[in-house]
Amino acid sequence: MEGGVTDTETVLKGLMLRGLAGDAAAHAELLGALAGRLRAYFTRRGAEADAEDLVQETLLAIHLKRDTYDTGQPFTPWAYAVARYKLLDHFRRQGVRRAVPLEDAGVLLATDNPEEGAVRRDLDRLLGALPPRQRALLEDVKLTGHSIEEAAQRQGFTPGAAKVAIHRGLQKLAGKVRP
Amino acid sequence: MKTDELIGLLAKDTAPATPKPFAPGLLGAAVVGALISALVLIAWLGLRPMGAAMHSPPFWMKTVYTALIAVAGFMITARLARPGARLGWAPWIVAAAVAWLAMLAMMEMRRTPASGMSHLWLGWTWKICALRILALSTPVFVAVLWLLRRMAPTRLALAGAAAGLFAGGVGATVYGLYCEETAAAFVVVWYSLGIAACAALGAVIGKRLLRW
Repeated sequence: MEGGVTDTETVLKGLMLRGLAGDAAAHAELLGALAGRLRAYFTRRGAEADAEDLVQETLLAIHLKRDTYDTGQPFTPWAYAVARYKLLDHFRRQGVRRAVPLEDAGVLLATDNPEEGAVRRDLDRLLGALPPRQRALLEDVKLTGHSIEEAAQRQGFTPGAAKVAIHRGLQKLAGKVRP
Repeated sequence: MKTDELIGLLAKDTAPATPKPFAPGLLGAAVVGALISALVLIAWLGLRPMGAAMHSPPFWMKTVYTALIAVAGFMITARLARPGARLGWAPWIVAAAVAWLAMLAMMEMRRTPASGMSHLWLGWTWKICALRILALSTPVFVAVLWLLRRMAPTRLALAGAAAGLFAGGVGATVYGLYCEETAAAFVVVWYSLGIAACAALGAVIGKRLLRW
């Protein structure tokens, strides 16, 4: 088990570093690997009903705050701290008094649940509250799998402006996730 | 939106992201904040005669004490700005500084007759010392909290307290440029109280302000 955690850390950190360097496939693989772990963690720690929402919120946070990761440090404690913080914040917002033990970061990797659960708060609906052009751009990129360049052209953005608009749109989305 | 779709969307937003440095900004905040505090101090209370201060051991005792706390506050804040970082040994610097000054204060008290004891630790300015330190810490405090908001602290009260410790240490160091109290007993009580008030305030503010 110990060896498993160490190996997983090595793999995840490698993916994180490649993602930071701009490798989209590695980044997607990292987020996918984390999703199952996060789902299992949130379920185990008493947020069964909201687990999928928390997974999405945490993935958004990990994505948007990835530049706060110090590449000289192990990755798992960083990701675990974000997950635990989002769980605590979730309980606080719900007015639930529940202790979340500060465990060894390895617990995040201990179990994996790839089975996607139901969401309570639909991000698509939150997306609807964004300015129309930004929303259209994000939906285009999400739904049709268009590349940013294609989507930018369809929505009348330059590719550079589209990249900025997508990033800002995701930031706004994260803001709407936790009012 | 399905989680898979979200991941696909996030993967489209993968411009290379350089890990954000934090310490340089924190240092800049300290320098600029300290300068502002010093200017406020000069306009408000003035400086003590600095030539004499340079040769005054109590001046250096105070400066070393408050600067050590500022350094420890800096180190702790820098760590708590990132998820998952450990506190490290910086809190021990605070403990060692307080222990050192408390020891000096005890030695002082042994040498002092009972009649002089209350003046030793109350000095001339005990009523206002902590409040002035709190006031002078404001510029650094505001700057550090603003910088922290752009990072990702996950222990909000602790991060706020560290910001307060840092700002309080800088504010107290600046206040030492005016304050002519000389007793270690005074400093270990009232300077510490001012800095502790900053830290407590930081914990309360941080819990709300630093949410993300």
